[in-house]
Amino acid sequence: MRFMVLVKASKDSEAGVMPSKELLTAMGQFNEEMVKAGVMLAGEGLHPSSKGARIRFSGDKKTVIDGPFSETKELVAGYWMIEVKSKEEAIEWMRRCPNPTGDEGEIEIRQVFEASDFGDALPPEEAAREDRLREEMQRKASK
Amino acid sequence: MTSTDTHRAIDAVWRIESARLIAGLARIVRDVGVAEELAQDALVAALEQWPDAGVPRNPGAWLMTTAKHRAIDLLRRNKRIERKHEEIGYELEARQDQAAMDIEAALDDDVGDDLLRLVFTACHPILSAEARVALTLRLLGGLTTVEIARAFLVSEATIGQRIVRAKRTLAKEQVPFEVPRGADLAGRLSSVLEVIYLIFNEGYTATAGDDLMRPGLCEDALRLGRMVAELAPLEPEVHGLVALMEIQASRSRARVSASGDPILLLDQNRAHWDHLLIRRGLAALERAGQLGRTPGPYVLQAAIAACHARAITAEETDWKRIAALYEMLAKLSPSPVVELNRAVALSMAFGPAVGLELVDQLTSEPLLENYHLLPSVRGDLLFKLGRIDEARGEFERAASLTRNARERDFLLERARTS
Repeated sequence: MRFMVLVKASKDSEAGVMPSKELLTAMGQFNEEMVKAGVMLAGEGLHPSSKGARIRFSGDKKTVIDGPFSETKELVAGYWMIEVKSKEEAIEWMRRCPNPTGDEGEIEIRQVFEASDFGDALPPEEAAREDRLREEMQRKASK
Repeated sequence: MTSTDTHRAIDAVWRIESARLIAGLARIVRDVGVAEELAQDALVAALEQWPDAGVPRNPGAWLMTTAKHRAIDLLRRNKRIERKHEEIGYELEARQDQAAMDIEAALDDDVGDDLLRLVFTACHPILSAEARVALTLRLLGGLTTVEIARAFLVSEATIGQRIVRAKRTLAKEQVPFEVPRGADLAGRLSSVLEVIYLIFNEGYTATAGDDLMRPGLCEDALRLGRMVAELAPLEPEVHGLVALMEIQASRSRARVSASGDPILLLDQNRAHWDHLLIRRGLAALERAGQLGRTPGPYVLQAAIAACHARAITAEETDWKRIAALYEMLAKLSPSPVVELNRAVALSMAFGPAVGLELVDQLTSEPLLENYHLLPSVRGDLLFKLGRIDEARGEFERAASLTRNARERDFLLERARTS
């Protein structure tokens, strides 16, 4: 099963301060360990929210809000995608992660939905419609 | 943490650490069976102590230290028995200490080499393919006997025996714990890749049972493949195999319908393909290519899979290139199955009649006599040529040959609607 691990932002990450050399080295080693074990599928760091934007939905109305955003601890500063056997294994890997901000910080481990998780959630006609939409998107993308 | 939580945490630690643990110990005791027992002993100690004391900060190091002490005890005990016969007293102590120090030094060495030795030992051609598969999943995949048995739908006792016998054979034949060199390497490496691909395929197209796929096994195989690719990064075929598995696995979601029936490659909704895995597969294929050697069978198969992965719609598939790649593959490792695939590619590139010509040459091939895909492909080509009655017969024949229930239903359905 797949997990997305979200690294929460810190004052520094939001200010665009690059991590220390020591932290980068430690992170590099940690990543290497996960790659060598065949566990890490992907992982990237994100620019501060000042370079991002949000789209707020309210009924049919959409409002674009430019960053930065204030609630630092709730923001995401980076992520990993890992493939492991259980949530416990994901936790065990992430316990080995160096403190990502070097300060107070948090990472969040979330399981990624797989086809089998949906079960019968989508009625067949809905699923068919979704398929048609995706095909349409594909057709357009291929032009 | 409750005791159940701790047990789950220990399982997780075991999955992560067991291969390294066993590999490190095998170098000292020179016997993977004994090494595994020592590692298991350390696991038992963890199960006894961690629920009360808590999971240590560095659980891997804890297990290694515990197992190491047991290894030293074992070596001392063996030495003592040896020495008793020789009646050497004083010298013994000094030597024992030296032995203990050697072990300490050995354990601190690079674990990568040990892991690679363990890979080659578990996949030693002296063992049967099914023994290699079981041993590899156990020693390198960190799976329990129960998990392996469940994955292959056989009894726990069968797998247990298979593993015990395999370990005994390795000990009896004194298979050295080493990475093969020189002329041996190519053959031994292909044995390793074969084992990983067997595991993958058992997960991808289950040969028995009611489900078309057992995704857990695919993930195990991918994990092993990625691991070996990092251990032997200069071997293009390892990257080829990883690329092939990543790209095949990328289609998992699209190749089975909601009711569990198979969907053929060209009918799959490509938006359901896993693009993360495709990207990884293409990257692995590129890594293989960068090594600049003549492509081997896995690289060629991955290159074929990549042709499909790159095509945004089925119509855009580069069938001429695929046919050419199959031709290269057929030259490298001639096989009627490859010829059958080449026939499909030719039919797509140049029309069903061209494909059928090659398929008809294969019908007398004894190796394909009971291979369900031959009548299945032949039926498809006949259908396209409007020879409906003949097509129906072929689909029925194909259905009678497959062991997979889902596939059988699918073929019968095609026969019915032809």
